[in-house]
Amino acid sequence: MESFVVSLTIFVLAVVVGFEIITKVPPLLHTPLMSGSNAISGITLIGAVLSAGTQHTTLTTILGLSAVVFATVNVVGGFLVTHRMLRMFRRER
Amino acid sequence: MSLSAINLAYLAASLLFLFGLKGLTHPRTAVRGNLLGALGMLLAIVATLLDRRILSYQMILAGFVAGAAVGTILALRIQMTAMPQMVAVLNGFGGGASVLVAGAALVEAVHLPGSPGLQMRIATAASGLIGGLTFWGSLVAFGKLQGVVSERVLTFPGHRAVNLLLAAVAVALGILVVLDPGQVSSYWLLIAAASVIGVLLVLPVGGADMPVVVALLNSYSGLAAAATGFVLSNNVLIIAGSLVGASGLILTGIMCRAMNRSLSNVLFGGGGGGAGGGPADEVYGGKVRSTSADEVAMLLEGARRVVIVPGYGMAVAQAQHPIQDLASALGARDVEVEFGIHPVAGRMPGHMNVLLAEANVPYEQLRDMDEVNPTFQETDVVLVIGANDVVNPVARTDPSSPIAGMPILDVDKARSVVVIKRSLSPGFAGIPNPLFADERTLMLFGDGKKAVLDLVEALKES
Repeated sequence: MESFVVSLTIFVLAVVVGFEIITKVPPLLHTPLMSGSNAISGITLIGAVLSAGTQHTTLTTILGLSAVVFATVNVVGGFLVTHRMLRMFRRER
Repeated sequence: MSLSAINLAYLAASLLFLFGLKGLTHPRTAVRGNLLGALGMLLAIVATLLDRRILSYQMILAGFVAGAAVGTILALRIQMTAMPQMVAVLNGFGGGASVLVAGAALVEAVHLPGSPGLQMRIATAASGLIGGLTFWGSLVAFGKLQGVVSERVLTFPGHRAVNLLLAAVAVALGILVVLDPGQVSSYWLLIAAASVIGVLLVLPVGGADMPVVVALLNSYSGLAAAATGFVLSNNVLIIAGSLVGASGLILTGIMCRAMNRSLSNVLFGGGGGGAGGGPADEVYGGKVRSTSADEVAMLLEGARRVVIVPGYGMAVAQAQHPIQDLASALGARDVEVEFGIHPVAGRMPGHMNVLLAEANVPYEQLRDMDEVNPTFQETDVVLVIGANDVVNPVARTDPSSPIAGMPILDVDKARSVVVIKRSLSPGFAGIPNPLFADERTLMLFGDGKKAVLDLVEALKES
């Protein structure tokens, strides 16, 4: 129970901080915000890495491997496409 | 690497995510912000790879290579017009990964001696439910955006009852997972139920409401990651997931407000094809004035301030590059040019801005609705291209209209309006637009791209 309360504390604080920061993102950048934040949600990758690497059972290894593939597409694709987009936003010459 | 060291690395990664998102609050710092986020991710992954519990790197490496290859190809080859599809796919993959990780954790916990804790059991059920829904919902959204699945409102009699029933089944299966985690099949059944819910939730959503759905699924993919964080008692997952969850919720709220509709109305209300605003013949009959590119070029040349209002039709016609040519040609003649962008223009939040940025429009010229609306009174010419419902004054005047109360771009306050459009066909809301029949409006009928190219040509000649 104690560890749950700690996790919950972290969760609530992160949501509040997230709201504070992200409300300041201008509509101009809402698409890169979505793709960039999406790449961040690919953080599940580290859970996937543990599942695929601990070799607990064949099933967990397969599940872990599939999760690594999905999450890596999410992370690599997300950050890369965001970078591509953001580089296009330029000021007046 | 000790557990404390790994957790410190996770703390650093979480901070990098936060500062990365903070960088996205301004276009000047945005590129660096995104790189900070990527650095945080790299740090978290490297720290995880040093975890002593990892026995073999073969599978991990194989997964990295396959995933990175697919991700890179997708990211480099995707057209900017197809960005909503791309984000939908990425949302789905994030949700899918959460389902798989939570599933693997459950299978592992069941094999170990002792029962998994309550937090883990509840979080696993939540992760499966949200992740499964996100995965399939996103795939349907992708299908709709790509045109594989019809963009129309797809529904059937008793749709809502089936949704409720499925929700009840999913909750019951979730409770089973919590009470008897040893029965792993309950978890997979829960995923199946969540998947069907995801499909049925997105099918009835029409094309113009896609921005809301994409934002909502974005939020869910974050929440699924956060739930997986609770499964693994992993703080960086919880932090990163909740940041993304918050971000998606904010965008969902902004999109709903920009259409003056509630989230449940978007998801369950059907939308589109409404009545109101009077029949088309009555609104347009004899009052619509058609014009030519030469006439519009003259009008533009004599203007001091021009506002261009793009909509999804601009993306469909791929007219963004010629529009930039037009804008810079006008700029060269000392005409002040700005773009007025409605929050729900396009198929995802910010879609128009990305397309115009790609076409080299400087971002100072891209104005959001609140910035541009007070300026229409001092605007000589508004050029509407591919937008319809978001410039329909009926939203302000007719309380019975399906778009009543929706904030619109007040283009009818400008001295003159030119609308580039193929025909007088209605927009997504299915209602006629009195703006087209206004005495200050000229209609330039034709394909968006060709019409703008003609305008650029006519400007050159004059």
